[in-house]
Amino acid sequence: MSKDISIKNGANLNLKGCASKEFGVAKKSITYALNPDDFFSLIPRMLVKEGDKVSHGQPIFYDKNDEDVKIVSPVSGIVKEIVRGAKRKILYVIIQKEGDDILKFDIPSFSKLSKEKIIELLIDSGSLSFIKQRPYNIIAKPKKLPKSIFVSTHSTAPYSVDYDFIMSDRMDDLQAGINIMSTLIDKPINLSTTHKKDSSFTNLNNVEIFNIKGVHPSGNESFQINKIDPLNFGETVWVVKPEDLANIGAFFKTGVFCSTRTIAVSGDSLKSPKYFSTVIGSSISSLINNDEINDINNYRFINGDPLSGSKVEYSKYIGFYNNCLSVIEEGNNYRMLGWLPFMYNSVPSLSKTSFSWLLGGAKKVNTNLNGEERAIVVTGEMEKYFPMDIYPMQLIKACMRGDIEKMESLGIYEVVPEDFGLVDFSCTSKIEAQEIIKSGIQIMLKEVG
Amino acid sequence: MKFIRKQVDEIKKPFLKGGKLEILYPAFNAFETMLFVPDHTTSKGSHIRDGVDLKRTMITVIIALMPALFYGMYNTGYQYFIQTGIDFTFLDALLHGAYKIFPMIVVSYAVGLAIEFAFAVYRNHPVNEGYLVTGLLIPMIMPIDMPLWMLAISVVFAVLIAKEAFGGTGMNILNPALTARAFAFFAYPTFMSGDKVWVSEASNVDAISGETILGTLAANGDITYSSFNMFMGSIPGSVAETSVFFVLIGALILISTGVGSWRIMISGILGASLVGILFNLWGANSLMSFDWYNHLLVGGFAFGIVFMATDPVSAAQTTKGKWIYGFLVGVFCILIRVFNPAYPEGVMLAILLMNVFAPLIDHYVIESNVSNRRKRWGSIKLKTA
Repeated sequence: MSKDISIKNGANLNLKGCASKEFGVAKKSITYALNPDDFFSLIPRMLVKEGDKVSHGQPIFYDKNDEDVKIVSPVSGIVKEIVRGAKRKILYVIIQKEGDDILKFDIPSFSKLSKEKIIELLIDSGSLSFIKQRPYNIIAKPKKLPKSIFVSTHSTAPYSVDYDFIMSDRMDDLQAGINIMSTLIDKPINLSTTHKKDSSFTNLNNVEIFNIKGVHPSGNESFQINKIDPLNFGETVWVVKPEDLANIGAFFKTGVFCSTRTIAVSGDSLKSPKYFSTVIGSSISSLINNDEINDINNYRFINGDPLSGSKVEYSKYIGFYNNCLSVIEEGNNYRMLGWLPFMYNSVPSLSKTSFSWLLGGAKKVNTNLNGEERAIVVTGEMEKYFPMDIYPMQLIKACMRGDIEKMESLGIYEVVPEDFGLVDFSCTSKIEAQEIIKSGIQIMLKEVG
Repeated sequence: MKFIRKQVDEIKKPFLKGGKLEILYPAFNAFETMLFVPDHTTSKGSHIRDGVDLKRTMITVIIALMPALFYGMYNTGYQYFIQTGIDFTFLDALLHGAYKIFPMIVVSYAVGLAIEFAFAVYRNHPVNEGYLVTGLLIPMIMPIDMPLWMLAISVVFAVLIAKEAFGGTGMNILNPALTARAFAFFAYPTFMSGDKVWVSEASNVDAISGETILGTLAANGDITYSSFNMFMGSIPGSVAETSVFFVLIGALILISTGVGSWRIMISGILGASLVGILFNLWGANSLMSFDWYNHLLVGGFAFGIVFMATDPVSAAQTTKGKWIYGFLVGVFCILIRVFNPAYPEGVMLAILLMNVFAPLIDHYVIESNVSNRRKRWGSIKLKTA
């Protein structure tokens, strides 16, 4: 049985250059890297040093504030370099692949797995890092089990992956992951699928299926949680991406940390955007050849989708959680009188002050800000792209002021920065909503915890 | 385009960091960004951004104002020639109006933008586009023969007190254009009311006597204009507010582009109609028995509700709040007209009054959202409260 959930408001951005549904052959990455910034609020404490030999699945660093949070090596090899930035902040831990040493755990049969044992294995294997906790979107803290667990296979962000496509041959792993998670909370986990799509996920067991009808950002878990089982003060829920859940399932089947990562490489300037099956922390150059794109320096590489991903250099590595890598042209050029209404209609716009909405079809995008930052003047536009009973503008202003009580009462616990991706995109005043919300969440985490 | 860009880059050099005119960069930036959308790329947050920006939004409002402005020019000439009995053509009327109105627009922009630029340089922030609209609105809602120096002082008051004192564009409580009008109304009443200010040259030519419809009603006079005259706008009044027809064209532009709030417009009309009907039923004096639909056509109600009440900064900001705010603007507009005929500018005062109350309306709307959330939280006590 499945339930239909309709999430109104929002908009789908139809961008040119979506990955076609075929798998490319990734070059073997020589080096792999872990970036502590991929883990919100984590302060890394290193467990290895440069030159150390590490096994696949061996912890590389842990969180200073929570020793249960361990980030493990996705491959076996040698710690080649620990790249540090200003104030000795760790930017990357680069591991050169070498040998085939694997850290293997003994897994009791499923029927003998207690909650305590599952948690112990999740922590020790580093698989816990696949699970995010709301509020705050931090790595889950299993000392307090969540009231429910959410998995969204309904992806709506531009360039996001088609989970039906990438998970089709991992259903067994996914089912194993679901079984483990539902054992932890003694009830089925909530799994959302795309409405009116013949989804293979509907055959899974131990899940409650929700058919989500809606455009972006209805694929974001926050909006689904708000509709299905709203997060109240003092409660926690867990959120796992489908592929990460399959990785957890694979670990409980084999005893080995599973670092599989499927990436949709998208971008309108790529000759053949497609999917790649690779490993967490692979180098970007292993997925995009020099000849795939004309002038690499003129493009921005983004770990994640163009609305909420993080900028990364071509010479660096894919993120820990991302299922997509976006390549967008840098928009560092001037447009004469480009602010006139109904001029340059090829620039995507959700506003009716452009004919962009009339010109159907996929759009080419670049990173131009299309204006300058201004004070917030226009009202009501954020609500159009934020389908939740939260006042986004007022919440953003509360975050700007760092007003804890206001942030709390306006619903900061229920949101994560990427929920504001479309708000960022559509904002007339070009404010950086996601950054502001992130700073608000950081304050809450520090002051309230 | 490349040639112009090159020239601009050349002129830009002294304004850049370390240049002789570095301090004036915000002023230069305002002109540069008028000519070119800058080459800035996204640094944080979403990597791609919508084509819309504040300049485009503000220019859309200016486009929406154009029909009313052009009709205002024509009507200025029309009222003058009709009253003096001189034969005229459409072009004569338009040119007479343009001759009177252009200096007002120039003064409004020159004075207002000078202050905006000075504040931008002083505060080292870019010049906000808000004044582009305010600067055009101010001359459009003033009497045609207002001395230019009075207009200038009203602009100074509005920009300094109503806007910059609160932090500039986006921070003001009151609508700056209406504040300018309210200032002039109370500071120079003889130039802002009576039967000698609404028709061009009226104070110089004895034959001219043009009282506004509401002014006539307040004095228990008879109205000679038909509802059609009122709708089309061939009546005496402030420069460009008389024609409901041309204001509605503007409203259509604002609503179809999503720039103006249709909720405020509709609820304002509902509020005014309701109170108008109630007063029609009461009918104690000529203002009360003035048909409710005519109330919507005169006294700048349409112009106020379409262009002033919808100012997003000074209006209510929440969706529910907008309905309440607009409705109350309509209600108070007719109430003020009827109960205090000394102030026939009901719509101006009603909008300013509701500007003050808009944050309170939003506060209660948001509080109800918060209390719903807390109810859902149940008995769990807040850590921080």
